[in-house]
Amino acid sequence: MIYLAAEHFVRAPQWTWYILGYFFFAGLTGGCYAIATLLRLVGDARDEPAARIGFYASFVALLVCPVLLTVDLGASWWKFWHMLIDVTPADQGLNFKYWSPMSVGVWALLIFGLFPTVSALEAYVLDRRARSAPAASGSSRFNTVGAPARAVGGVLGGAFNVVGGGLALFIASYTGVLLSVSNQPVWSDTWMLGGLFLASGLSGSGALIALLTRYRADAAFSLGRLHEADGYFSILELVLLVAFFITIGVAGTAGLTLPFLPLWLLALVGIGASLVSARGHMRIRPGGGGSAVISRAGTDTLVVSVLVLLGVLALRAAVIFSAQ
Amino acid sequence: MATTIEPGKSYGFFTDTSICIGCKACEVACKEWNQLQGNEPKFLADSYDNTGQLDDQNWRHVKFIDDVPAQSADAGNGKAFLMMSDVCKHCKHASCMDVCPTGAIIRTEFDTVFIQQDVCNGCRNCIAACPYSVIALNPKTGTAHKCTLCYDRLQGGMQPACAKACPTQSIQFGLLGDLHTAADNRLATLHSQGVTQAQLYGRDDTVYGGLNAFFLLMDKPETYGLPNADNAQLPTRNDVGGYLGALVTAVLGVIAGIVAFRRRGAS
Repeated sequence: MIYLAAEHFVRAPQWTWYILGYFFFAGLTGGCYAIATLLRLVGDARDEPAARIGFYASFVALLVCPVLLTVDLGASWWKFWHMLIDVTPADQGLNFKYWSPMSVGVWALLIFGLFPTVSALEAYVLDRRARSAPAASGSSRFNTVGAPARAVGGVLGGAFNVVGGGLALFIASYTGVLLSVSNQPVWSDTWMLGGLFLASGLSGSGALIALLTRYRADAAFSLGRLHEADGYFSILELVLLVAFFITIGVAGTAGLTLPFLPLWLLALVGIGASLVSARGHMRIRPGGGGSAVISRAGTDTLVVSVLVLLGVLALRAAVIFSAQ
Repeated sequence: MATTIEPGKSYGFFTDTSICIGCKACEVACKEWNQLQGNEPKFLADSYDNTGQLDDQNWRHVKFIDDVPAQSADAGNGKAFLMMSDVCKHCKHASCMDVCPTGAIIRTEFDTVFIQQDVCNGCRNCIAACPYSVIALNPKTGTAHKCTLCYDRLQGGMQPACAKACPTQSIQFGLLGDLHTAADNRLATLHSQGVTQAQLYGRDDTVYGGLNAFFLLMDKPETYGLPNADNAQLPTRNDVGGYLGALVTAVLGVIAGIVAFRRRGAS
C-alpha cells in the first residue's frame, strides 16, 4: 500500500528544537556504535583505533539524549520516569507498549545506554594502558600487524558488540518510525522515515568518526574506508529520500515541505559531499600516498564531515518542521 | 433526556448540528464547571468564532462554517451557516490511548476517554496522534488536556455541563444505546422532510470503531473538519511498515559497512 492518508485535521505536537536535537544525537549515538562495531568485527586489526573513536563518540552523543528528552517535557519534566513505570492506580507496574514506538524507544534507549558506556570505558582502559606501557614493551601494545590489541576479545566481546550494534541500529531509526506512527501530515503519509533517519544517522556517524581521526594518528588507516562506507550510506539515504518524496507526493502532502526547501537542499549538499568524498578518498592508507596526500585528505575530511553533519541535522529539521 | 448514571455502562454525547444555534452556552458551561480560564480574547476575523479551536482551555468549541451554498427555498445570499459544537469524540479505538507511552490516558468506568493529570508527563505523543485536533498541552501544568466528559460530574450522578446548558438540546447526553436510537429517529425525520444531506458521523463502527460523542451532520464530514471513514485511521497502522522500512535499511547498511570495512588490508 503506497497511499496511506492525505486528509489530516490534526494539531501539531510542537516537537521542535529539543526533539530535533534528540533525533540528531540519537542518530549519531546509534550510528557511531554500529559503525564502531562493524569496524571492530569486520575490519582490519588496524581499524581498532577508529572503532574506539566510534565508541567514544557514541557515548558522548548518548549523554545528551536523555537530557534533551527530559527538558522537552517542560513543567512535567520530573515525571519523565512515567515512561517506564505505570503509576495508574490498580495498574501499577512496568510500562511497555510494543505498538507505541515512543514506549519501545524509551526502553531501547535505557538498555542501549549500557553498551556505549561499557564499550567507551573499555576503549578508555585500553588506550590508557597502551599509553602507559613502556616503548620497549611494544609487543604488549600491538599485535603482529602493528595494530592495538583488543581488550574483550573472543565470542563474548563480539556478542556484546553485536547486541549493542543491533540496539544501536534501532535507536538510530525508531525516531523516524515514531513520527510515522501518528496522524500528522507528511510523517504518517510515508513508511520511509525510519530507514531515512537510519541511513542519514549512519552517514553522519561515518563522517563524525572520519573527522575525529584527525586527532588520532593511529586511526588514519581507516579514513578511506570510513569515507567509502559513508558513500554507501549516502546512496542509501538518497534512494530513501526519493522514495520519501514519492510517497508523500502520492498522498498529496508534498507541498508542505516546500517552505523548508533550503533545509532539503542542505541535506542534499551533505549527501553530495559524502558521495564526492567517497569517490575521491577510497583506499587512502598510511604510506600509500605520502604525508601531503594524507594532509590534504584531512582538510577535505573536515569540510566534508561538517557538511554531512549539517545535512543530517537539516534533514531532520526539514522532516520535523514540514508537518508543523 | 433524564439518565441514571451507573458505572459499567457506556455513556456519550449525541450532538445534533441541525439544531445548533451557535449560542456557545456549552463553551461557557464547560469553562465554568471545569474552571478553565480560557485563552486571551482576540478577534479572529473568522465568522462569529472567537475561540478558534479545541485546546487545553476550550474543551467545547462551536464551529461556524459559513462557506457552504444555501439550500433553502429562497435564493438567500448564496451562503448558509453550519454550526457544530465540537468536542472530544471519546473514540472506541482511541488514537491517543494507543500511542500514550505513560498509561496516562485511560478508559473510565463510564466508557469515556480520560487523561490522568498526575500521570501525564507532557510528551505530546497523543497530540500528534489525535485525528480531531482535540488534545493540547497546557504549558503551565506541562500536561495534555481535553474534555473529560465531565468525569467528576458523572461520578456524582450528574450529566455533563455542556449538555445541561444546551438550550436547544443539540447536545444530548445519555446511554449510548439510547442516543443511537434518538439519532436514528432524528435522521429518519430529517430525511422524510427532504433534508437528504443529513448524515450521522461516528454512530456506527466505521470511524474509529464508533464514537461515544457522535454527530448528526448537515454536510459531508470533511466540511466540518472531520476525517471521513476512509481516512479515519489509527496511527499504529504505520507500525509494521515503518519498522519494515527501518529493518531493510539496517540490513543494507550493515552490508554496506561489511563491504567497506572487510579485512582486505590484513596480512
